[in-house]
Amino acid sequence: MKFRSFTQNFLNLRFQIFHTMDTNKNSYTFIYAIIMVVVVALMLALVSGALKERQTTNVELDRKKQILSSINIDIKGQDIEALFDKYIPKALIITGKETREESGKAYDMTRPLEDGGIPVYIADIDGQTKYILSAYGAGLWGPIWGYVALNDDKNTVYGTYFAHASETPGLGAEIANKQFQDEFIGKKILNDENKFVSIAIVKPGQQAADRDYVDGISGGTITSKGVEDMIYKSIIAYESFLEQTSQQ
Amino acid sequence: MKLLNTKSKGVLLGPLNKNNPITVQVLGICSALAVTAKLEPSLVMGISVIVIMALSNVIISLLRNTIPNRIRIIVQLVVIASLVTIVSEFLKAFAYDVSAQLSVYIGLIITNCILMGRLEAFAMSNRPWESLLDGVGNGIGYAWILVAVGFFRELLGSGSLLGIQIIPEALYEFGYVNNGLMMMPPMALILVACIIWVQRAKNKDLQEEQH
Repeated sequence: MKFRSFTQNFLNLRFQIFHTMDTNKNSYTFIYAIIMVVVVALMLALVSGALKERQTTNVELDRKKQILSSINIDIKGQDIEALFDKYIPKALIITGKETREESGKAYDMTRPLEDGGIPVYIADIDGQTKYILSAYGAGLWGPIWGYVALNDDKNTVYGTYFAHASETPGLGAEIANKQFQDEFIGKKILNDENKFVSIAIVKPGQQAADRDYVDGISGGTITSKGVEDMIYKSIIAYESFLEQTSQQ
Repeated sequence: MKLLNTKSKGVLLGPLNKNNPITVQVLGICSALAVTAKLEPSLVMGISVIVIMALSNVIISLLRNTIPNRIRIIVQLVVIASLVTIVSEFLKAFAYDVSAQLSVYIGLIITNCILMGRLEAFAMSNRPWESLLDGVGNGIGYAWILVAVGFFRELLGSGSLLGIQIIPEALYEFGYVNNGLMMMPPMALILVACIIWVQRAKNKDLQEEQH
């Protein structure tokens, strides 16, 4: 109880100080605002600085999860790092002229790497090679992104993963559903003449004559179109890499 | 000693029904429309609002005698915005998946009129303990409407709850179709209106006098 009376006294004292001050004076208002801003800025900087490392790890871990889910691996309750190292032993970074090898990393696809390269993750699933390309584009309300995994013929889709920042729940956001992503499995990105044509996303019930297609999302037309554009634009950036193998 | 006296009880429980921020004061409607298409974001949004509301109410109540009158709204906004930023930073660091799901919704809390309303109307003139109760009460009042609306929208719009399929496949084979309108914002407004209807029918004192 002693502590209580102490705090009570302290609080009363504090209030007396403020009551005797004129809180409507200009100088008081300015000083109050300045102190408030400095305190808040300091606090936010501290919180952000203290949590930065955890957040970056989380972001990269999340990217690894997304990559793993593009090759249809069940990640629930598993050690992501270990799974990633097991299935995706290396990545090729393709710059204009050369390619170099990296391993154990998942790259931020929202901006080009420092040397302007783009990463291809090379997955090894029970001895079979899969190439995972990253994709980044725009949906209706914000960015959408994903990964497209191709078989070693660099033509047939093995699996996909799509995600979005702010598409409408129940409509555009359905691109993040496994059901939609699985529609792409087995589709080909080249036409019969081995030219790159990508995969069309059409209204359910319609067809695309010149290339493989999947059903879009009813009520999510603009997001579906965004996915289509994203796949086209992102894969075309890998053209040199894709051609390389078809010659070999 | 009773934990809550009558006044405190009213402060805490009033917002759940007769003084509900959404259905009676009609505040915070925009976020109620935006996040309730699915149950899960409604739940997390509700919980986040309860936490931020309680904390900001207490902080403003502690500062209430020092805040210069002319910049009080700015001070309130700064407190809310910092709390929202801190909560979202913590979510990113410790519950990354939840924060990814809520990306936009957490930021939306800053512009939620209920918070500003309670800070200005209650915390500025009441003691910290009552302000805490008021914050929690209003937060819960907001959250339960969101959860109720989210429940019906997801059940009737997607046939699922928290992402788990509830309506059996067999029913779809008989020709049952999910109601696409449920996924649209207008349906949230209609559902909120239904809640208001039931509430006013049950509470005679909420009805205006007939002339």
